[in-house]
Amino acid sequence: MSHGHAEVITTHEVHHDEHGAHHHHQSFITKYIFSQDHKIIAKQFLITGMIWAIIGGLMSVLFRLQLGYPDQTFPWLEDILGNWARGGKITPENYYALVTMHGTILVFFVLTGGLSGTFANFLIPLQCGARDMASPMMNMLSYWFFFGGSIVMLSSLFIQTGPFSGGWTAYPPLSALGDASPGSKTGMDLWITAMAMFVVSSLLGGLNYVSTVLNLRTKGMSMTRLPLTIWALFFTAVLGILSFPVLLSGFILLLFDRHAGTSFYLSDIYIAATNQALPNEGGSAILYQHLFWFLGHPEVYIILLPAMGMASEILSVNSRKPIFGYMAMVGSLFAITILAFLVWAHHMFVTGLNPFLGSVFVLLTLLIAVPSAIKVFNWLTTIWKANIKFTPGMLFALGFVSLFISGGLTGIFLGNSTLDIHLHDTYFVIAHFHIVMGVSAFFGMFAGIYHWFPKMYGRFMNNTMAYIHFWGTLIGAYLIFWPMHYEGLAGMPRRYLDYSNWSSFNQFADLNRFISTVAMIVFALQLLFVFNFFYSIWKGRKVTTLNPWDATTLEWTTPIHPGHGNWEGEIPEVHRWAYDYSKDGRDFIPQTEPIGPNESKH
Amino acid sequence: MTTTGLFLLAILALGFLITFQIAKASEYVSVLKGEKKSFEQNNKINGFLMVVFLVLGLIGVYWCNKALYHKTLMPYPSASEHGENIDTMLKITLLITGIVFFITQILLFWFAYKYQYSDKRRAFYYPHNNKLEVLWTTVPAIALCTLVGFGLYYWFKITGEAPANAMQVEITGRQFGWIYRYPGKDNVFGKKYFRMIDEADGNILGMLWKDSTMETPNGVQNLKADPTGYDDIIQTSAMYLIKDQPVKLIINSRDVIHDVGLPHFRMKMDAVPGTPTTMWFTPKYTTEEMKKITNNPNFEYEIACDQMCGNGHYSMKGLIKVVTRDEFVLWRAKQQPGYKAPTKAGDPAITEPGAQPAPAAQPADTAAAGAGAVVPKGNLVAAHK
Repeated sequence: MSHGHAEVITTHEVHHDEHGAHHHHQSFITKYIFSQDHKIIAKQFLITGMIWAIIGGLMSVLFRLQLGYPDQTFPWLEDILGNWARGGKITPENYYALVTMHGTILVFFVLTGGLSGTFANFLIPLQCGARDMASPMMNMLSYWFFFGGSIVMLSSLFIQTGPFSGGWTAYPPLSALGDASPGSKTGMDLWITAMAMFVVSSLLGGLNYVSTVLNLRTKGMSMTRLPLTIWALFFTAVLGILSFPVLLSGFILLLFDRHAGTSFYLSDIYIAATNQALPNEGGSAILYQHLFWFLGHPEVYIILLPAMGMASEILSVNSRKPIFGYMAMVGSLFAITILAFLVWAHHMFVTGLNPFLGSVFVLLTLLIAVPSAIKVFNWLTTIWKANIKFTPGMLFALGFVSLFISGGLTGIFLGNSTLDIHLHDTYFVIAHFHIVMGVSAFFGMFAGIYHWFPKMYGRFMNNTMAYIHFWGTLIGAYLIFWPMHYEGLAGMPRRYLDYSNWSSFNQFADLNRFISTVAMIVFALQLLFVFNFFYSIWKGRKVTTLNPWDATTLEWTTPIHPGHGNWEGEIPEVHRWAYDYSKDGRDFIPQTEPIGPNESKH
Repeated sequence: MTTTGLFLLAILALGFLITFQIAKASEYVSVLKGEKKSFEQNNKINGFLMVVFLVLGLIGVYWCNKALYHKTLMPYPSASEHGENIDTMLKITLLITGIVFFITQILLFWFAYKYQYSDKRRAFYYPHNNKLEVLWTTVPAIALCTLVGFGLYYWFKITGEAPANAMQVEITGRQFGWIYRYPGKDNVFGKKYFRMIDEADGNILGMLWKDSTMETPNGVQNLKADPTGYDDIIQTSAMYLIKDQPVKLIINSRDVIHDVGLPHFRMKMDAVPGTPTTMWFTPKYTTEEMKKITNNPNFEYEIACDQMCGNGHYSMKGLIKVVTRDEFVLWRAKQQPGYKAPTKAGDPAITEPGAQPAPAAQPADTAAAGAGAVVPKGNLVAAHK
């Protein structure tokens, strides 16, 4: 630990320009690999998350190829994938492996690890006014557990029996019985191991985020002066800390059922493949679903809240207007956090759940729409009578609001148990959650990356590529997911690789091909973003002013290339909230400026 | 195909290269023009695109609906009475969410266009307004209460107890197909136990057709044959239901979780190993009638497995034939009880099946209770709730 402090002092004194980094006495390993600087750790999370996103996205391209062209063979697929695509066709077990890995990777490794890991790490110390996280050491461990989990998960792709293939929710008995599905053999052990490491990473990170926000705010930074990003990241961390352990306990029981002969989830099972009745009796497969969704639903908000926070901040900065209803925004984040724990069984309306219990969950679930509605109307009022600068970050923040509305409203269908009977596990669900927590969370993430890239690397990303990326992705996302609602209204089930034998669902062959084509184009556009990102790290236009967006928050008071410790000399003191834009005839008033004698109150 | 792949890759690379060159060039141009000017130009273009996106989006929504509406189930009446309730609920929800959708999306993109940056204007400092915030807390709350109210009214109707005259059919999922069982002439389902399942012997459900003693982890179990099961009809080809006759499905699974998905009836219920579930509905149209209604001569009521159950999940199809009462009686008369067909196990001494000493009352041995044993009609409601 003492080493960490020494580092703090030396780094911020030496670093003034980016060339300094290369001649620094700190070794490459301690500076860039086992770094305890929250900014480096944030970048590590971001880049690992991006690599995962490319892998997970590529998987969706592959299985969309199967869905769009179920009767065609692609010999080049066999060249690339070998056994996964024998004869140029993705085999069912590998289709399911791809679908499962796509879900696991995107939900956990990209939109939880990549999103929270990046922005909580990067923004909490910078916007609270702290030199680093409460425990830089734990923070470093958080990344390396994430990295370790990533390696284990990745390795499961290369084993003989294939990676886990029973869906990202990993419901037993399918996930417990290797004889029921080859993916549930070694692949599932690796999956559980990787997820356990992920949970540890998430807890180490989350505890750090919470203690930093509560304890390390600079002088004058009361909780109600925090930017909404920090509030959102704070609640995200609380959600994770309280729900991930429950998931882990569920996984441990699953591990026992798999290897220790227990019957937590197993009962009355006969396996046709081996012509054997299993010894287990008295377990409940539904118990796992309760444990899983006790995390699984908060997880949705773990993914979404950071995006909400960043969108709020970016909308306000680029509207040159304060966020409308700051306290209502904090209150609705709080309400969402509380309600997130009370709605999990809405994923289980058709499992045989007691209908009365179901009705309680309907009420609580639809209640979540109230804070969500408050947020939407507050965002709309924020841009009303604004003076909007369409920076790439702002575009993605606006896109986020549009997608959040579209996907949120379909949640009102699915949260209502009556409609869920019909729509459960159909493409309506796919459309709903991809829009509301997939694409919209990605939009929040993109908004954050474009907005804070200058702070991360001291350079701008290329605007033209950003505009193409934004418009292409927004249009593409709607083209992909909007028509899927109609497939859902036809009752078309998810997780099928071929619908041609079903007279009820085979009318959508053309649509499936169309969706697959758009999905591939949108994937290519994301590669454009990745290219822009890496190109701009080294070749982007240089940032020449401390505060390129004219924002009020503390991170823009640090040097263009802040060293470990963030501020040279004293950490600035805060005198006001983060949203004094266009007040008293001034474009913006930084948080560090004392309240003037004649200043109007907000 | 490999050449096509390479060709596509080449096109992709070229596209990237061109985009990249344009992007770089535009950066240089903006430096030449001055940052302020190029910002204003870009801002105008993006502001304009906001309104273009809004208009094209709304047209797209209309066009998509026109192209796809007739492919959904919505143009046709639901095939069950429950389904009609669900369709009504769908329409109410669609109406309310639709209004919100159009208002908010139009405001979002319209504001973005209208309030784009101008040198001459300053943004309006408007940090909060309690009245407005109370307004849009209470209005959504009221709208949602309406939806919860309607939703729960229908929900309890649908999940309520089946009518006393409901026909009972048991459906069991397995990797990857469905097994249907009718109680036979005595109207009582015979008991079963999963350790008795023997595919080779044709006992695919584990019916207690013979006395047996077996070693289980719970000790030695003596299982007595259950004569009420001798006349049970076990089928794997299709489930026959009677038009306008309520039916209660008793849903089981033999291995992993499956789901009985009936899109035309708008019904769905998981099949969970070890925990039987139920659902009931009343078919309104025969398969033949549905062929006319949907204008599709190949129409069938398909049972789709809606819960990921393994590599054959996508092929796990079942069939329901809804027929008239007369047709049903005819079909049923032709069915052989499952017991006789594969029998090697001595003579099927069918002593009068009517002499049932209330099988539900005699607690099935140890853990088989509830799970393996299916109780007769009169007690079903109690046993499966």
